[in-house]
Amino acid sequence: MQNANIDIRSRGAALAVPPQDSSDGRQAFDLEAQGLRTLNSRLHALPHDTNETSWEIVNPKGSHAIAVGVSAPVDITVRGSTGYYCAGMNKLATVRVLGSVGPGVAENMMSGTVIVDGDASQYAGATGRGGLLVIKGNASSRCGISMKGIDIVVHGNIGHMSAFMAQSGNLVVLGDAGEALGDSLYEARLFVRGTVKSLGADCIEKEMRAEHLEALEDLLRRGEADAKARPEQFRRYGSARKLYNFNIDNASAY
Amino acid sequence: MNELPHTPPKYSWTFSPEVNADIRRAAASGIYDIRGGGSKRRLPHFDDLLFLGASISRYPLEGYRERCATDVWLGTRHAKKPIHLDIPVTIAGMSFGALSGPAKEALGRGATAAGTSTTTGDGGMTEEERGHSKTLVYQYLPSRYGMNPDDLRRADAIEVVVGQGAKPGGGGMLLGQKISDRVAAMRNLPKGIDQRSACRHPDWTGPDDLEIKILELREITDWEKPIYVKIGGARPYYDTALAVKAGADVVVLDGMQGGTAATQDVFIEHVGMPILACIPQAVKALQDLGMHREVQLIVSGGIRNGADVAKAMALGADAVAIGTAALIALGDNDPALEDEYRKLGTTAGAYDDWHEGRDPAGITTQDPELFNRFDPILGGRRLTNYLKVMTLEAQTIARACGKNHLHNLEPEDLCALSIEAAAMAGVPLAGTTWIPGKNGY
Repeated sequence: MQNANIDIRSRGAALAVPPQDSSDGRQAFDLEAQGLRTLNSRLHALPHDTNETSWEIVNPKGSHAIAVGVSAPVDITVRGSTGYYCAGMNKLATVRVLGSVGPGVAENMMSGTVIVDGDASQYAGATGRGGLLVIKGNASSRCGISMKGIDIVVHGNIGHMSAFMAQSGNLVVLGDAGEALGDSLYEARLFVRGTVKSLGADCIEKEMRAEHLEALEDLLRRGEADAKARPEQFRRYGSARKLYNFNIDNASAY
Repeated sequence: MNELPHTPPKYSWTFSPEVNADIRRAAASGIYDIRGGGSKRRLPHFDDLLFLGASISRYPLEGYRERCATDVWLGTRHAKKPIHLDIPVTIAGMSFGALSGPAKEALGRGATAAGTSTTTGDGGMTEEERGHSKTLVYQYLPSRYGMNPDDLRRADAIEVVVGQGAKPGGGGMLLGQKISDRVAAMRNLPKGIDQRSACRHPDWTGPDDLEIKILELREITDWEKPIYVKIGGARPYYDTALAVKAGADVVVLDGMQGGTAATQDVFIEHVGMPILACIPQAVKALQDLGMHREVQLIVSGGIRNGADVAKAMALGADAVAIGTAALIALGDNDPALEDEYRKLGTTAGAYDDWHEGRDPAGITTQDPELFNRFDPILGGRRLTNYLKVMTLEAQTIARACGKNHLHNLEPEDLCALSIEAAAMAGVPLAGTTWIPGKNGY
């Protein structure tokens, strides 16, 4: 409690260093030198028709909230690993992280694309409402928790309680899924190529029909995974819809 | 004439007729009782406190002539754009879904005309409330229904909801009868399902994560918006301290009398503490951190009139919030609708099956036939009147205590009518200098 009076704005405080325009027109931004506030305020100020369409962020050094709330169709590359909530609430932007990401990458994403070359910590894509999240490595627990329309493609494995209360969208996993996949699932579709340690309450395996194979093919292509896997290798999981309306005889499922 | 007197029928206190009815209902239905509102128990409350008023040792202010200010600033700690309200009575978070669109509009109209704020709820922001609320607080809830960065930016403040007084530790609930097409679309849910929101946020756990979450919200909104953290009355000292540590601008503290749209009766009546017991603990946490008045405290749960407002503020709150009382001002549970309440098997004043969506007052329903009965302009006018009366009442008391601003009320202005209230509020039992628990006895 002794730190209660510290002004947390001092962390990552903006320094008066302008962004550097590299010779190829890319906006180079040194996060360590210029600060988080400067980065996000510059990204938020971009109009939809900006000509500053390409951004490269260096020295992220695990900072939280990098490129959050961006609402312009720009490309942002982060060279290194990030902390919590990278690309949170992203809208329209394409964010590529050349490293790993901390918890909550692309949380509540609205649209656009977020690609993580490394691994992702917990809650990747949590509550995402649209767009595409690609994780080239593994994702930890609660990947896609409460997802609401986002598409997530994980090239590796996902941890326990993934897609908990997932409402809509698609979760594609080329590797294995941990315990309690899809617990209390609503209408999201889950595709797993490897093993599933266990299914959560009200989550069942479902028939893979032609329309699912077609959708999966598109997801693998957009998720830069079409060279690694074929739709026929996956199994589909979804909601049994038995918990949609309360019934005392289902109480043991909760 | 020769019959001997016999023992009259005697009900058990433990197995009272109400308790037995609950047992029979559970046995017949196979489901716990769900209802709206807050605790209906007789709880230690503001009624158990009195103001001492001025005397030879205190000068009162002249009613109607000497000014007693009522305004309040919220979010002055970090936000670039803190909120300034004319009165310290705000409208608590209530969702579109739980309430009809016209009811949300009326709350916006009434609050705006009275110079105060309204709050969204577990269902996202509607045009009705944004359009009619000059100052709108946008709740950030575990479900994140309807959450998006555009609404975050067009809000005037953001309230991270950790808990609420009716059910500390519980999530939301909106049963299928109220999941209309519009509600379903806003929440990305199938129509007609029983919707249960999560009780924990999906992407943070604990106070250290909360600090990072608040940082993210500030970054998304360019540090403009005050960030509130709402907690239920569970462990107010520690929860307030941790909210401050996490960076909150404002702590919203809701006691167990605070209402809910729908939750298990067992939860409402058996979890959490009355607001009277919560306020001094939260104020002490703020004082111990040197943050009292730097981080503002809004309290809610059973606020009904200007006396309650004044008592909450005398205990150290900066403002209060009302939910149930606002609905009653709009027309909820009005005896004029008694015939219709009877048809629902209840009576005016006791109706709490808000989750069933059959509210004859048109407030807690998504049925167009019912909500079109409700006039949002008239409802807004009634709410404005009520808010202004509450403010006048609080000013009346403050002047009597010699205070030229409601914020100048203090615990020293109070005494308690019961030992319990004296202990909870930390003010002397009336006629004594005894504060139970203070000075070793």
